[in-house]
Amino acid sequence: MAKLNLVLGNDITSPVAIHEMEKFNKKGVFDKDKIALVPDHFVPNKDIKSAEHCRCVRNFAKENEISNYFEVGEMGIEHALLPEKGLTVPGDVIIGADSHTCTYGALGAFSTGVGSTDMAAGMATGEAWFKVPSAIKFVLTGKPAKWISGKDIILHIIGKIGVDGALYKSMEFVGDGLQYLSMDDRFTIANMAIEAGGKNGIFPVDEKTEEYLKEHTTREYKVYEADADAVYDEEYVIELDKLKPTVSYPHLPENTHTVDEAGDITIDQVVIGSCTNGRMEDMRIAAEILEGKHIAKGMRCIVIPATQAIYLECMEKGYLKTFIKAGCVVSTPTCGPCLGGYMGILGDGERCVSTTNRNFVGRMGHINSEIYLASPAVAAASAIAGRIVAPE
Amino acid sequence: MEAKGRVFKYGDNVDTDVIIPARYLNSSDPKELATHCMEDIDKDFVNKVKQGDIMVANKNFGCGSSREHAPIAIKAAGISCVIAETFARIFYRNSINIGLPIIECPEAAKEINAGDEVSIDFDSGVITDNTTGKSYQGQAFPEFMQKIIQANGLINYINEKG
Repeated sequence: MAKLNLVLGNDITSPVAIHEMEKFNKKGVFDKDKIALVPDHFVPNKDIKSAEHCRCVRNFAKENEISNYFEVGEMGIEHALLPEKGLTVPGDVIIGADSHTCTYGALGAFSTGVGSTDMAAGMATGEAWFKVPSAIKFVLTGKPAKWISGKDIILHIIGKIGVDGALYKSMEFVGDGLQYLSMDDRFTIANMAIEAGGKNGIFPVDEKTEEYLKEHTTREYKVYEADADAVYDEEYVIELDKLKPTVSYPHLPENTHTVDEAGDITIDQVVIGSCTNGRMEDMRIAAEILEGKHIAKGMRCIVIPATQAIYLECMEKGYLKTFIKAGCVVSTPTCGPCLGGYMGILGDGERCVSTTNRNFVGRMGHINSEIYLASPAVAAASAIAGRIVAPE
Repeated sequence: MEAKGRVFKYGDNVDTDVIIPARYLNSSDPKELATHCMEDIDKDFVNKVKQGDIMVANKNFGCGSSREHAPIAIKAAGISCVIAETFARIFYRNSINIGLPIIECPEAAKEINAGDEVSIDFDSGVITDNTTGKSYQGQAFPEFMQKIIQANGLINYINEKG
């Protein structure tokens, strides 16, 4: 059993956990300040049933005086919001009833996704059971080219090892290439560890991490490092300077191709956002490419800044104007289309280039629709071209 | 404890989005979730499944989202056990935590056919295909997990521990 620093849930998984908690002999939560409840999947409420789920979470938060409950207007997509609010720091042990909880590994925390029952047990006891995972080491070397981002790196890795290539294992990212990766790149990479089956993805703490923490938190933290003689199941060297813009074709994240071999794949929709790629740097890259341009005729491009703070900064920097003048729509923070919830559902046979994390059958709508996973740069360039292209 | 039933067979990487599509996650009612179980890859499943039936699949079953609604939907649809070559981590945890028996056995996953009648003895981990007459040794659960399963889920286990 491990002691938990934070237990997280959203509007889909928390109601199930709250219901489970009623079965406990012991009542109440272990620590009202170490639980985060973030309604983000179907909010603002998409229908009556979602409204009832959100009401359940809201009432629970109120009854238990949960300090980190985030209402519409102050919320964001959970995995972008919690680091921004300074709630996740190096050395933390974090569980979340959302598979992308592995995101916080970017800050040197151990964090992993669980289900609602584990969340319930975590909220009640402050503990969770784990098997210690074996590890795979990814040595990132060299400097990536201009449009190569964290997304291209993690898609390349998933393409290399497969969607179960890191099953039950910890993915450790090290190497001299890290110096070229921003915190937003690292969040994207750790976020998609689950897409290779990983239990967690983790980065060492360096100057960039410390700079980020200084800006976002006053919490004290403890830095852990891998032992010099640590044993790894496998070791991969990823030469960042050789990577090209990469896209995952339907219907698995491991179906990766470089954009230069894409040929003529026409598309109907582009989504730029999500816990994977809805952060400030993602918005900046999309705005840089869309500035002064217009998306292809008949294209729908949906831009979703991941948090209210990111939304506001997009406004202050003029990105919202750029997006709207380019013919995009800009949404309030929501997971919405990523999981086929709402705000951009695909119809029969439609194709979407998306900066989200999964391209399974029916993930964004109709079972005959297709999702191509890509970086914000490729997504924005493709929205303009009307087909899958890399930025010039 | 034993399970016995007819087999529904699936391939690699059956993800939680096809087990229960997110468009139905505005509900957390097991019965309602069960009516949409597997519909994006097997429309007939919910009409054909009978209480006690068994699901057999290849590698990485249950990959993707952490939604506990996935094992809940499978259990509520009547499935008594899932056999796979491997399971995705969160699905594995969730199944144990809600008391859906699952068992890893690559040989059984490969050889058992759709429609076969299969029995599973959970104490020994032995899987028997009554249609072909072949038996397989599935991976037994570690002791810690057995205790959770015997308590019928994590919450009961914690309650019993006090």
